[in-house]
Amino acid sequence: MPFTKKLQKFNATIRTVELGTGEKAVKLGGGSTFPFYTFDGPTANPAKIGIEISDMGLENEPDCIKAFYEGCGSVAEIAKKAASFEGVDFVVLKLEGGDPNGADKPVEELVNVAKEVSEAIDLPLVVEGCKNVQKDAELLSKVAEALQGKNVLLLSAREEDYKNIAAAAGLAYDQLIGAESAVDINLAKQLNVLIKQLGVDLGKVVMNVGSAAAGYGFDYVISTMDRVRAAALGQADDSLLMPVITPVSSETWTVKEASASEEDAPGWGPVEERGIDMEVETAVACLTCGSDAVILKHPTSIATVSKMIQALS
Amino acid sequence: MALNGIAIFKLTPKKNCKECGCPTCMAFSMKVAQGAMTIDQCPHMSEDALATLSEASAPPMKTIKAGVKPFADNKNDSDKEYSLGGETVLFRHEKTFVNKTRYASTVCTCMDDAAVDARLASVSAIDYDRIGDRMYVEFVAVDCAEGTAPEKYAELVKKADAAGRSLILNVKDEACAKAAFDVCKDKKPILNAADASNYEAMSKLASDAGVVLGVSGASVDELYDTVAALEKLGNKNLILDLGTESVKSAFENAVLIRRAALKDSDRTFGYPSIVNVGKLASGDAHMQAALAALFTMKYGSIVIVEEMSYAMALPLYGLRQNLYTDPQKAPRIEPGIYPINGADENSVCLTTVDFALTYFLVSGELERSGVPCNLLISDAGGLSVLTSWAAGKFSSGSIAKYIQEFDIENKIKNRTLVIPGKVAVLKGDLESKLPGWNIVVGPTEAVQLVKFLKDMHNA
Repeated sequence: MPFTKKLQKFNATIRTVELGTGEKAVKLGGGSTFPFYTFDGPTANPAKIGIEISDMGLENEPDCIKAFYEGCGSVAEIAKKAASFEGVDFVVLKLEGGDPNGADKPVEELVNVAKEVSEAIDLPLVVEGCKNVQKDAELLSKVAEALQGKNVLLLSAREEDYKNIAAAAGLAYDQLIGAESAVDINLAKQLNVLIKQLGVDLGKVVMNVGSAAAGYGFDYVISTMDRVRAAALGQADDSLLMPVITPVSSETWTVKEASASEEDAPGWGPVEERGIDMEVETAVACLTCGSDAVILKHPTSIATVSKMIQALS
Repeated sequence: MALNGIAIFKLTPKKNCKECGCPTCMAFSMKVAQGAMTIDQCPHMSEDALATLSEASAPPMKTIKAGVKPFADNKNDSDKEYSLGGETVLFRHEKTFVNKTRYASTVCTCMDDAAVDARLASVSAIDYDRIGDRMYVEFVAVDCAEGTAPEKYAELVKKADAAGRSLILNVKDEACAKAAFDVCKDKKPILNAADASNYEAMSKLASDAGVVLGVSGASVDELYDTVAALEKLGNKNLILDLGTESVKSAFENAVLIRRAALKDSDRTFGYPSIVNVGKLASGDAHMQAALAALFTMKYGSIVIVEEMSYAMALPLYGLRQNLYTDPQKAPRIEPGIYPINGADENSVCLTTVDFALTYFLVSGELERSGVPCNLLISDAGGLSVLTSWAAGKFSSGSIAKYIQEFDIENKIKNRTLVIPGKVAVLKGDLESKLPGWNIVVGPTEAVQLVKFLKDMHNA
């Protein structure tokens, strides 16, 4: 008796969210299968990769990253360079300098950086806040206003600050919203429902359901994403049908596997190779459970993951 | 048809003899129901009961045993060989995955002696502990290039065997396979050799030696037919090669095979799988790392790479460890003293709960601070700080008891103890319970630890 190939068909489709404008705009989501299950049906848009840069320039970057940006004097120049690497679909500007416990840069200064970066590149832009709830509420709203017409994605609206950010980005200035929740399907769903209640079009929402580095509680990330995708497709759950974006580099470059120097970890080999593989493997694991876009940092990681996405699409 | 634990329990002798390795018959029944054990592992089951149960409780996917373990995976591991397959679900949130992915580095008759020696040295070099699990490269795959003389292949197999890991023989030539068996068959290698053209001869060879046979096919249909033919010959000790045609087809095979076995109960595909990412991305170590992660997530029982490096292994083994944890049980860290950044008895102490996520966050930040410190982990029920505090499992009493039980006062001279900011309320009580200690309230979030410690260190 020959093998009967049984396909798994879903009636629901993840919403397609377009990021950016013009020729270089990218489409996130749109699939109606589990990730890379092309044999079950066509996966509309291959997963996308964003490259992370910071308003702090190269100050906090590991040496191996600095080397790629040699000669870049401003954040705008860094952004331009970042956008030129193979496999990069969009640029992610992290405004970490806004953190009141860190550099505490004023909002106007950060908004200007975002404007400069936006003007320097023709790829779509994602702007990430500094993770401080009060600051982000003001900062991301102002960024949304300043970059009107650019169709940027703002990361992130969380339970604590979604009212300001989602309202500014989604209602007032017609930008995209990243809804961030902490590795739990119910929290993810709840936040999407709250955002919808503000009157925001869910077609403008992308989810960040949480991330971790491989080996660091990544089991929660796997199961949250597996369940989100299964519920979205299997039950056509409207409040979970948005594409998923996962910041990877912000988790992976600080763990000891990726950061311990060769003197501190004799036998582990070159620190750059460890950083790349930690980033690559974590990204692949995220993509396998449902990320429609991942945010990475090292050009080699980006080229590798991009090549794998192409091979599987 | 899956039976539930209670139905199985009714048919057991209910003697609680422990001969199966489980504390009670009930525990044994639950394991059988989950597919983690088979019914014939009970020595006292009656014939009738066995007949009733064996068909119904046969797992949809066989557990195949191969190799000889050089050492235990962890302190609870008593298996002498590797168990592969035996999974019952497609996603880890449904039920725990049981038999973790194993990894292999490759040597080939096409490599010169120096390259082989270097490769085998890299295999032995990877050996470390991660939260109680010993991480190492379990297998060496020995490739036989076309036209290799049998004695030359046997020589390489012997050399690979001396590295002390289990073997996968990637060979298509019968004479070479025979020659290899002469030097290693008692080590229970995997003979990854059968395809549509040679399966009869290879099956006989593998069965006579009592080893697992790897089967491949030009397509998933051909693979299926060859497995069916092998089963007809009576050989059910198999592992399925996902192929090296392309990344896309190997991934498709991985999913289709596992899904057919578990979702559609197609027992012909109820075997573990083997995938050679070294061949799928030859010469590209980062791509092999990517694919090793891909096939760890989706259904590779053994993943072969060209060379496992620490760079590839560190995230991969961490990923595997996460993937194979019990989704219903919070991962916990063993209580104890965890010195960080080369801390000694004079370094400051910090304490938090034994919930693995908390531990990782906190220890990661402590490492980043560069300040030598001792992280004291007590038994707090595997819950987060606030939850365990609310449950009374992380209290001034429990911390004081831990300090006493672990003989901290004799092991560490420093008398400063930082407690999580979320349980600042414990400070007063702790001061009275731990005379002589300076109790300091730390930050409420782990990310603030770097600044906190640096400030404290420089003060």
